[in-house]
Amino acid sequence: MSEVKQAEEHEILKKVDPAPWKEVPLVLNNRSYKWVTDKICGIVESKTPTWWWWCFITAMCIASFTGMGLAYLVSTGVGVWGNNNPVNWGWAIVNFVFWIGIGHAGTLISAILCLLKQKWRTSINRGSEAMTVFAVMCAGIFPLFHVGRVWFAWWLFPLPNSNAIWPQFRSPLEWDVFAVSTYFTVSVLFWYMGMIPDLAVLRDRATETWRKYFYGFFAMGWRNANNHWRNFEMAYLLLAGLSTPLVLSVHTIVSFDFAVANLPGWHTTIFPPYFVAGAIFSGFGMVLTLLLPLRAVYGLHDLITQKHIDNMCMITLATGSMVGYAYSMEFFIAWYGANSYEGFAFINRAFGNYWWSYWIMVSCNVICPQLFWFKKIRENIPLVWIISIFVNVGMWFERFVIANTTLSRDFLPSSWGYYSPTVVDIFTFFGTFGFFSVLFLLFLRFLPLMPMCEVKSVMPQADPHADH
Amino acid sequence: MSQSIDIKYAAAATFSSAKDLYDAAGKVKDAGYSNWECFSPIPVHGLDAQMGYPRSKVPRFTLAGGVTGFFTGMLIVWFMNEFDYPLIVGGKPYFSPIYPFPVFYELTILFAAFGTLFGMFFLNRLPRHNHPVFEHPDFGRTGDDKYMIVIEVEDPKFDDQETVEFLKNLGGESVQIIREPVD
Repeated sequence: MSEVKQAEEHEILKKVDPAPWKEVPLVLNNRSYKWVTDKICGIVESKTPTWWWWCFITAMCIASFTGMGLAYLVSTGVGVWGNNNPVNWGWAIVNFVFWIGIGHAGTLISAILCLLKQKWRTSINRGSEAMTVFAVMCAGIFPLFHVGRVWFAWWLFPLPNSNAIWPQFRSPLEWDVFAVSTYFTVSVLFWYMGMIPDLAVLRDRATETWRKYFYGFFAMGWRNANNHWRNFEMAYLLLAGLSTPLVLSVHTIVSFDFAVANLPGWHTTIFPPYFVAGAIFSGFGMVLTLLLPLRAVYGLHDLITQKHIDNMCMITLATGSMVGYAYSMEFFIAWYGANSYEGFAFINRAFGNYWWSYWIMVSCNVICPQLFWFKKIRENIPLVWIISIFVNVGMWFERFVIANTTLSRDFLPSSWGYYSPTVVDIFTFFGTFGFFSVLFLLFLRFLPLMPMCEVKSVMPQADPHADH
Repeated sequence: MSQSIDIKYAAAATFSSAKDLYDAAGKVKDAGYSNWECFSPIPVHGLDAQMGYPRSKVPRFTLAGGVTGFFTGMLIVWFMNEFDYPLIVGGKPYFSPIYPFPVFYELTILFAAFGTLFGMFFLNRLPRHNHPVFEHPDFGRTGDDKYMIVIEVEDPKFDDQETVEFLKNLGGESVQIIREPVD
């Protein structure tokens, strides 16, 4: 019976014309493998461009602001920052959550999109992973120095010290130490492992001795052998599978810093998913901010196509809408929960002493990305770039709103206060953008910007069953 | 110093498409060779089955790492907060498997990731910075746009003339013997 039915279906299939489905190629203009290799390796092998030096020098100057800020802090004391009772956290936690959130898009692209078999991720994943690693480095600075006596920061790790006291594992701040250090380490491992075949390509093309040694050392003697690829692909898939729960857990644990505290506006169960969505949102904002200029400067239009930009814009739109939904749901629950402290915390967020920051947040995070519904706007690259900057600004303000509105309006009106950053706060944060840029520029100069083997794998030539 | 000596390592044939490599690999396997390898700029889909490779063993290392990480996390929390220095926090039990969940969760992932990376290195016998196959003049292009099949001299079926002929018949573009210099 079923066989007859199947045969009938086949007959029908012969008669019906399949719907026209135009697959947009991921690499435009029918490029060859050689073109891809020369393009990506060329970025690293060519003479250092003048613009690179100008950017590098500027970035170094900006980074020195962090150096100055921290040097002044360590030599004087944490009192030089604006945080004080009742706002004990201030910019330190805001900047920490901001930077760590940015990192999340890199892991989303490299791990979650890999598991979901999203082939378009290949040309943007290396740059985004680099962004992850550098953003986590910037993030780490703030809690590290916020502990006060930074030379005792190693007490956070479960290492024996002369006081014979161990860390207190019930504290979300201690969980953070494990989450963030694991996140950093695993991101570096994943980034490095994916780079090994490309480093081997650079090694084999190298003409200068230092390049032969540098790339040769890190390529570990990779041979492009199928036995190597077999284990590599399995390891890559496993690392993607490990990074996925990791990235979700990291921002969940970061949100525990707030959610575990018994404070109105913080003690909510919505925090973990809301933080993760926000992190991916801000991260995609930063990926667009970084990759769009690179695409123009290096002429990567065939590799980062309009399809890639569309997809990134749509993820930004989706996560931005989730964040907007979370903002409204917080308000709804504050009202529905009928807790007067909770209700006050939210009214105060929108209309209280920091009303301006709340509305900056809403306009940047909820309203701005809605423009990505329109194809015309997604195709207007300078406008996409400007919106991505707004996303970054908005997400910084989100953390500012969460941390400060709650703390500045304590349970006792007698301890209410208004927090403002000092110039040291501003210097330290401003400088991290320079620090990040220095690292990213070095990455551009010395490491392959895109995973060549992965980009080639999604090109039509990779299919061993196709007629060529 | 003087004329260097070399020994024969393998016969190599290059191909210029994934399809050619894939088809040729099936024929090499059918011909009964055992010490041979394919080189390609990308992981060619389905080539493992074509070459008769079993599933990769990397997951075993991942599992070993994950299990180690889980118990390491549990052990440090129990040892530090209950055994070595009992820490009273809010009158709660010194140790429970629930509250340090993030700690052992993260350590499970951390150790599993190390297991995966080092497992991959171990199974691929890396790092190994010199290998006779690097002597092939076109080896560098296997990372770019060339594909290559290498049949080692060690293979019991290897024969100077026959193997070279065989590779030529497979459609190998340039077939040559790789020689390994010996100091």
